[in-house]
Amino acid sequence: MGHSSGKSYIYEEPGLKSWFTSLDHKRIAILYFVAVMFFFLVGGIMALLLRLELFAPNTSANVGQILKNGDAYNQVLTYHGAIMVFMVIIPGIPAILGNFFLPLQIGAKDVAFPRLNLMSWYVFMLGASLAVATFFASKIDTGWTFYTPYSIRTGSSVVMMVVAAFIMGMSSILTGLNFIVTVHRLRAPGMTMFRMPLFTWAIYSTAVLQVLATPVLGITLLLLMMERVFGVGIFDPKLGGDPVLFQHFFWFYSHPAVYIMILPAMGVISELITTYSKKTIFGYTAIALSSIGIAAVSFFVWGHHMFVSGQSELAGVLFSFITMLVGVPTAIKMFNWLATLYKGSITFSAPMLYALGFMFLFAIGGVTGIILAVTAVDVHFHDTYFVVAHFHYVMVGGTLMAIMGGFYHWFPKMFGKMYNELTAQLSWVFIFIGFNVTFFPQFILGAKGMPRRYFDYIPEYEQLNKISTVGSWLIGIGFLFGLYTIIRGLTSGAKAPPNPWGSKTLEWQTESPPTMHNFDHDPIVTAGPYEYK
Amino acid sequence: MSTSRLINGVEVASHFRDVNHQYSSNKEGIWLFMVTEILMFGGLFVGYIIFHSLYPEMFAEGASYLDWKMGFVNTLVLIFSSFTMALGIYYNQVGQPKRATWALAITVLCGAIFMVIKYFEYTHKFHMGIFPGRLINPEMMAEHGHPMQHANLGMYFGFYYCMSGLHGIHVLIGMGLITWVMIRNIKGEFNPKYYTPIEGVGIFWHIVDLIWIFLFPLLYLVG
Repeated sequence: MGHSSGKSYIYEEPGLKSWFTSLDHKRIAILYFVAVMFFFLVGGIMALLLRLELFAPNTSANVGQILKNGDAYNQVLTYHGAIMVFMVIIPGIPAILGNFFLPLQIGAKDVAFPRLNLMSWYVFMLGASLAVATFFASKIDTGWTFYTPYSIRTGSSVVMMVVAAFIMGMSSILTGLNFIVTVHRLRAPGMTMFRMPLFTWAIYSTAVLQVLATPVLGITLLLLMMERVFGVGIFDPKLGGDPVLFQHFFWFYSHPAVYIMILPAMGVISELITTYSKKTIFGYTAIALSSIGIAAVSFFVWGHHMFVSGQSELAGVLFSFITMLVGVPTAIKMFNWLATLYKGSITFSAPMLYALGFMFLFAIGGVTGIILAVTAVDVHFHDTYFVVAHFHYVMVGGTLMAIMGGFYHWFPKMFGKMYNELTAQLSWVFIFIGFNVTFFPQFILGAKGMPRRYFDYIPEYEQLNKISTVGSWLIGIGFLFGLYTIIRGLTSGAKAPPNPWGSKTLEWQTESPPTMHNFDHDPIVTAGPYEYK
Repeated sequence: MSTSRLINGVEVASHFRDVNHQYSSNKEGIWLFMVTEILMFGGLFVGYIIFHSLYPEMFAEGASYLDWKMGFVNTLVLIFSSFTMALGIYYNQVGQPKRATWALAITVLCGAIFMVIKYFEYTHKFHMGIFPGRLINPEMMAEHGHPMQHANLGMYFGFYYCMSGLHGIHVLIGMGLITWVMIRNIKGEFNPKYYTPIEGVGIFWHIVDLIWIFLFPLLYLVG
């Protein structure tokens, strides 16, 4: 097998070219990391722009607009949504942390198909580049959902953007496929399914969703493209087609996609909670199976995006009930995490702060989701800022918090250096407070009836919007601290020991950073992943 | 990580334990990919079912413009090509790579025959003014003695061109893949212990054939 010297994967092969041709899952994870961080910066700046525009209504007393006009606002809104969904949150945890740690956590040397893994990154970059290129062709203004019939008629470059999303979808499918086979076939001796770490379980459930849901998005986007180029008529009411069918197709993918975004985050939180409370996780099996439960239910709730679309009342009622059902496996996770904390020896380090932040924010995001699942209430809240606040509490308060927490947690393993705890915690304080200042007022704005997606509003909404915009600056400062922490850690962090947190999972039982082959000796597993006292 | 070693004359990547471990993993990957193919076509089938239930007479009218004999010949061609594809794998399993090459060549030829027939079908329709969706040309159709009955007939042909077109693209990709494994086979890369790529491409080809077996009655025989 030719185990080479004990060199880490970072220095195993020199030169930039070796990174772009590497089949090593850890290096590919780093490629994704750089790309996703870049897109996050772009999407984040757009979010700040949107909030700046909404700082005040466009009355004569005010300075007026930051963005040129409503069209410019629609475009920035579309790019913010599309970039954050397709290029940051969907690939975020699976492609970066999943790629790096899934093989390590199950004691494998790599993913099942390393070549396919590298190809997925190139496919992703091709799609992402195309998406960015539309910005320079003719800026798209449909929102990230491409609803027909507007997306058929608008003059912007919908076809190019749709091709881009299709290509990124292919990348997502291939990554998911790779992970499923890896989990099924490459577990180390003794690593039974129910000895796998919960992060791996979550990535596995996510992979199932990626493989089963994304093809439907693929055909939907292809049909939309055909609709624009040839006018095939399937989504066009003028030709006898049905624009609501597009919504059905779109959400049949995009609702499971919401769980593609949140399930991996829940996996990260399970790791953090148990590691930083030094306690065996409570209800391991329940947490593992609830991931599968959420994945299964997620295919039958898409209609809750369409309560006001004119779908039948019976469908509305069914979708409403099934949507509430999602609360059950989700609550199972929350209570098991709480029970894990109980009487644990808790360290309030940065990753733990993010995990606790996740639980607080995600609880609000989840419970407001149940509120929105009630059809009578949704008719009032539909397309208001209440919905915007809800999904930002889930996607940012949930997933992004988990990305940050997981990133600090695994930073020593990935780069072999320690990060500065103080600046990491400072970053958390700003992000956590800033997030609530930004998005909590939006619940109230929504309840008061402020519609989403508008570039202007009546003066009555001004005060809460001002607070919200100030909050966005706090988040921005928080991420600047985060960036500083990462750069300082990389350049002058102390050398990391193999297992700085005293974690029990396999990735911590090898060097930091790991060698190209992950383990010097093939691990043999004899116990579960969290055997703390 | 990209290292591999020889086990029983087969190159095995170092993250796999043995030949069979690698073989079964690869095969699972291929089957999972087939699931995604079927789900992708599934979207089209669902759309078809919905609009067929709304406008059954439109689908009947549309199907009357298709020549079922050509569709039937194509069905036979593809079923036969599935058989020769299976032979291509079989002959490699029993160590007769020359015969396998012939079987694969015939499979590619069948794919080509299918595409040529499809080409004649498409051009005939273009000639009559039958285009998808809003591009359909009622005047041209009337000139050819087939006045359009149902106002939304263009949508049926939207389905026809999307479904058979996407399938046709898959046939072309399949032909390319079979040619690729055929060349590798001529170079002597396969033997009874190692023929995974041929088997993988074969599974893809069978699924493409299978989809056609559903498309044929849905498009040609409906109504």
